[in-house]
Amino acid sequence: MQNDTAVEVRNISKIYSGNVEALREVSLAFPRGKLCTLLGPSGCGKTTLLKIIAGLIPANSGEVWVNGRKVDGPGPERAFVFQDFALLPWATVLRNVAFGLELRGMPPEQRNEIARKHIAEVGLAAFEASYPNQLSGGMRQRVGLARALAVNADIILMDEPFSAIDEQTRRKFQEELLDLLKHHRKTVIFVTHSIEEAAYLSDQITLLSPRPGRVAKTIAPGIDHSHGPDEIRRDKHYLDTVDEIWQMLKQYVD
Amino acid sequence: MTLFGRKIPIAFSLFVWFGLWEIVGRSGFSSFIPPFSKVIETAFVIAQTGKFAAAAAISLRSFAAGMALAIVVGLPLGFLMARVAFARRLLGMWVNIFVSAPISALVPLLMAVVGIGETTVVVTVFLFAVFVIVLDTQVGVQHADRSLVEMARSFGARRSQIYTKVLILSALPEILAGLRLGAIRGVKGVVIGQLLVAIIGVGELFELYSKHFLMEEFWALVMIVFLFAFAISESLAALERKVEYYAGSR
Repeated sequence: MQNDTAVEVRNISKIYSGNVEALREVSLAFPRGKLCTLLGPSGCGKTTLLKIIAGLIPANSGEVWVNGRKVDGPGPERAFVFQDFALLPWATVLRNVAFGLELRGMPPEQRNEIARKHIAEVGLAAFEASYPNQLSGGMRQRVGLARALAVNADIILMDEPFSAIDEQTRRKFQEELLDLLKHHRKTVIFVTHSIEEAAYLSDQITLLSPRPGRVAKTIAPGIDHSHGPDEIRRDKHYLDTVDEIWQMLKQYVD
Repeated sequence: MTLFGRKIPIAFSLFVWFGLWEIVGRSGFSSFIPPFSKVIETAFVIAQTGKFAAAAAISLRSFAAGMALAIVVGLPLGFLMARVAFARRLLGMWVNIFVSAPISALVPLLMAVVGIGETTVVVTVFLFAVFVIVLDTQVGVQHADRSLVEMARSFGARRSQIYTKVLILSALPEILAGLRLGAIRGVKGVVIGQLLVAIIGVGELFELYSKHFLMEEFWALVMIVFLFAFAISESLAALERKVEYYAGSR
C-alpha cells in the first residue's frame, strides 16, 4: 500500500439479515490529508460502508486497511461524527467533548484542557457548561466535531453531519469545516446525499449505485478553494461537476 | 384550580375532605368513623409509644430488606433481559405475568414455606417490588439511544464502560420510575404481609386495633402508613424530576 493512502477498503461486501445486500465487492482508496465524499441515493450503502470503516459493524467479506494495517474494530486513529450528533444528554458540552479522552482514562484536568481548546476552535467557548438540549442543531454538531477533534485521530469519519441542520447554518458550517481542515492535516471521509455539498467540499467524490451498493465512479473535482465560497458556487468548473454527478445519479432515481 | 376567578391552593382539597370527615365523625354517624381531629391527636400519642416504635422498626427493617433485595435482583435482571435476547425470551413472559398478578394470594403459601415471621414479610415486599423494577429497567435500557452506544464504541469504550458511562445513565429515568413504583408496592407488601402473618410489626397493631374497635388508633395508624408511602413516593418523584431535563431531550 502506498504511504499516501490513509484508508483502503478491499472487496467489501455486506449482507444484512433478511438477505438485504447493502454492499457488493466495494474497493476504494482514500488518500491522506484529503476530504473524500461517499455520495449516492438512499439505499446505496454509503453509511454502511462508513460504519464498516469505523469498525462499528462487521463486513461479511473484505478487508479494511488503515494506515497500512488491517483493522477489524474501532481504533484511536479514527473518530466518528454522527448524523444525529450522539451527544450525552446528561453531560455538559465540556464533558461531551472530553468523552473520548475520558474513555481512554485520561485524568480530568488534562482532558478538560484539551477539550476547552477544541470547544473554542469550533466557536462554542461560551457554552462549555451548557447541556445539549440548550443548543441548536448546528451548535450540537459543532460539539460532535470538537469531540472528534479532541481525540486527535488523523482520520475523521463524518456521517451526513449537516443533514439535520438548516440550510443557512449548513453553508456556514461547510466553510468552517474547510477552514478547520486547512489547519489540521486530517483525512476526512464524508457521507452525504447532497450533490452540491459533495462538489463544494471534496477532493475526491465516490458515487455509489444503490441495491446493492457498488462503486459507480470516482471523481476528483479539483476545485480551487482559494477563492471565496460565493465565487466557487458560481464557478463553471463547480457547476460542471454538479451537473456531471447529477447526470450519473439521475438514472438511480425513480 | 380556580373558583369564582380566584386561585385555590391544593391544600384546599385536603381541608374540604378533612372538614367533612370531622363533621361526620362528630355527628356520631358511625363508631367506625371518629372525628378527624381525634385521629390526628391519637396519631401523635401512639407515635410516641414504645409499642409503635418497636412495630415501626420491625416494619421498616422488613421493608428495607425486601426493597434492597428487589433492587439487587431487579436491576441486573432488567439489564440482562434488555441486552440478552435469550434471557428476554426465557423470563419476559413470567415477569409480565407476575407484575400484574395479585401477589397477596401467594403470601399464605409463603408462610407455609418460609415460616410465619419476618422472613415472610421480607419475601412479600421483595415479590411486590421486584417485577416492576425488572420491567422498567429493561424498558429503559432497551430504549437507550442506540447511537449513544455506537458513539461510545467508536471512541473505544470497553464493554464495562458502555454500561457505566452510557446505559445506566441513559436508562436512569425509567429505572427511577421503576424504583418509585417498586417502593409503593413494597409498602403494600409490608402491610399485607404483616396483616396476614398478623403477629409482627404494623400489621400486628392493625390487627390489635381493629379487633378491639380502637378506631381512633386504627385510623391514626392508617394515616401514618399512608403518609410514609406518600413521602417515599414523593421523594423518589422529586429525584425523577431532577433527571427529567435529559429524559425529555433523548
